[in-house]
Amino acid sequence: MRRASLLGTVRLGINSLMLHKLRSILTTLGVLFGVSSVIAMLAIGEGASEEAQEQIRKLGSRNVILRSVKPTEDVVSGGEATRVSSYGLTDFDFQRVDQTFPGVLRAVPVRQLQQEVRLNDRALNPRVLATIPEYVSVTGRPTSEGRFLSPEDQLRFANVCVLGYEVARYLSPFETPIGKRIKIGADYFTCVGVLLPRVPLGSDQPTPGADVTGEVFLPMETARRWFGDIQVKIRSGSRDMEEVQLHEIIAEAESDEAVPSIAAAAREMLARQHKQRDYEVVVPLEQLLRAQETKRIFTIVLSSIAAISLLVGGIGIMNVMLATVTERTREIGIRRALGAKKRHIVTQFLVETVVLSIGGGLLGIALGLLIPVLVEKFADMRTIVTPAAPLLAFVISAVIGIVFGLYPAWRAANMDPVEALRHE
Amino acid sequence: MGSGGLGSATAVAELRDITRVYKMGGHEVRALDGFSFTFQKGEYWSIMGSSGSGKSTLLNLLGCIDRATTGSYRVRGEEVADLDDDQLSELRSREIGFVFQSYNLIPQLDVLENILVPLFYQDDPPADGEERARALAERVGLGSRLGHKPMELSGGQQQRVAIARALVNDPAIVLADEATGNLDSKTALEILALFDELHAEGKTILLVTHEAKVGERSERTLKLRDGRIDEVRDNRVGLAASGNPG
Repeated sequence: MRRASLLGTVRLGINSLMLHKLRSILTTLGVLFGVSSVIAMLAIGEGASEEAQEQIRKLGSRNVILRSVKPTEDVVSGGEATRVSSYGLTDFDFQRVDQTFPGVLRAVPVRQLQQEVRLNDRALNPRVLATIPEYVSVTGRPTSEGRFLSPEDQLRFANVCVLGYEVARYLSPFETPIGKRIKIGADYFTCVGVLLPRVPLGSDQPTPGADVTGEVFLPMETARRWFGDIQVKIRSGSRDMEEVQLHEIIAEAESDEAVPSIAAAAREMLARQHKQRDYEVVVPLEQLLRAQETKRIFTIVLSSIAAISLLVGGIGIMNVMLATVTERTREIGIRRALGAKKRHIVTQFLVETVVLSIGGGLLGIALGLLIPVLVEKFADMRTIVTPAAPLLAFVISAVIGIVFGLYPAWRAANMDPVEALRHE
Repeated sequence: MGSGGLGSATAVAELRDITRVYKMGGHEVRALDGFSFTFQKGEYWSIMGSSGSGKSTLLNLLGCIDRATTGSYRVRGEEVADLDDDQLSELRSREIGFVFQSYNLIPQLDVLENILVPLFYQDDPPADGEERARALAERVGLGSRLGHKPMELSGGQQQRVAIARALVNDPAIVLADEATGNLDSKTALEILALFDELHAEGKTILLVTHEAKVGERSERTLKLRDGRIDEVRDNRVGLAASGNPG
C-alpha cells in the first residue's frame, strides 16, 4: 500500500523541496522567466505581424497598385516661384493597364483632390477621391447604407458623392447623411451612400475633425469637369501647383499567380513611358510575403533567445540539484541501506527536479499570459497568444527538468552506500 | 531464550572464507581475511574489536551494503554474491534491519513514515504495513508521537523509532552499529533493555560495539582482530567458548 508509487514520490519530493523554500523558489526563477518571456515575446510578435499582415491584406493581396510620386528633383525650394509641376500617372497608363495587360481582371483609376468638405457648420479635409464604380469591388469595401457610385453617375456627370464612415459620422453624427447636399470645394454634391468603416470602431464617439482620415468619393468624370487636372497647394507662402492626371491605378489580378507578371509588366511599362521616376508600384502580395519572411526570422530569433534563457534556467536547476545531492549524501546512504534501489533514488531526485521545473514553468505560463494583457492595456499594442505557446512552454519546462535532472539523479543513485553513510 | 544451542538452530547468516580487500593508495588492506562464521536464528551477539579489527567491514557485509572480495555469504540460505544491485537492495529491504549510532532518521519524514521506509522500497510490500508500523511504534513507546518529525524527538526517542524501523520488515537479522554510542548512560540502558526484550521475543540481533559493558549485555560476544576471529565468548556463563567454525 505504501510502496514507491509515483504519487507518493512526488509528495515526498515536494516535502523535501519545502524544507528549503527560498532555495527552491530561487531555483525556479530561471525557468519562470524563461518560459514567461517566451510566451510574452511570441504573443507580442504574433500580434505585430498579424497587424502588419492585416494592413497589407486590406490593400488587397491580388491587387497591384501604381501610385504617382512627386519626383524629388522637382521639389520647389521656398521662394515665391509659382510654377506648375506636371508628373505622375496618366489616363494613357490606365488604359494600357486596363486593356492590354494579361491577367488583369479590372483596373480602377483614382484621383485625389485637395478640397474642403462641409455640411452646414461642420467642415474637414478628408481624402477626396475621384474614381469609378468598380472601386468598391477591387478594394472590397461594401457600403453600409445607400449605394456606391454607379455607371449612370459617370455618364450623366452626376453631382453625387459617397462618404467614408468616419466622414459621415463627423459631418452628420445624428442622422443619415444620405440625400444631404455636401459642399466639396465650391460645389454641392448629393450624398448617395456611406461606406463601412475600414476597422470596426470600438467607441461610438464621433472622431474629432482634425484627426479624420476618412474619404469622400466622387464620380471620376464629374470631378474632372468641376475640378480640372491642376491642383493648387498653398504651402508656407509659395503657391505650388501640380498637374496630376491620376494618383493611383489599382489593378486587380484574376488570380494570385498573375500578380507577379502584372507587377513586372507595370514596372516595365512605366519605366518606358515615364522620363522621370514619378511613380511607384506597390504589390501587397510581395509585402505580405516579405512580412511573413520577417515573421519567420523574428520567430527564429525569439526561439533562440528563449532556448538560451531556458538553457540557463536548466543549468541553474542542475547546479542546485548537484548541491542538494551532495548535501543529502547521508540521506541517500540511509535510503540505500534500508533497501532503496538505484531507480528509487533516480526517481526521487528526478521528481524533485521536474517538480521544480514544472512549478517554474506553470508560474512562467501564468506570468507569460499576464504580460500580453498588460502590454495590450498600457502600450496599446496588439498581442495574440496562440494556444500552442503555453503548451509548448509547459512541455519544454518538463523536458528541462528531466534533462538537467538526470545527471544529479544518476550521481546520487551511484553513490557507494557505505561511503554515503559515512558522510557527515 | 532463543534457540542458542548448537545443532538445533537454523542459520540466518552464514559466512565462509570471507575476504574483503581494500585498495588504499597503491597497497592492499585485508579488512577481513578468511573469515568464517554462522549466526543462528534468535541469537544475540555482540561484535567487538579495536578500531581496524574489521568489525565495521563485517557489519557492512552482513548488512549487504558491501560485497566480499572472495568467499560466500548466505542470508537465510540465499547467496549474496549471485545477486545484482537491485536484488541486493531488495534483500536489504526484506532481511536486514539497521540501527545506526546516529539514528539516521530521514528528517523530512514523520515517525510513522520513517518506520515505513523499508517497506516503501519492497517490490511487493505487505498490505498490513501501516498497522505493523503503528504496532511497532506502540511497542517502542512512541505510539502517541506518530506525526512528529525526528527533530522534535530526543536522542533516545529517535533511536526507538530507528529500532521500530529496523523491525518493520521482520528481518532475518537486526544489525546495530554502536546503537548506544550517542546516548547518555541511562538512555543507553533503556535501549539495551529494549534489545533484551527483542531477543526474548526471538529476534536475531548483532550488536557492534567497542564498549565492553555493552558487549556484556549480549548473549555472546565475537571478538575480532586483524580481520580474523580472536575470541568467542558466552556471556551467560562468563566462560570463553572455543572457536566457532560455523
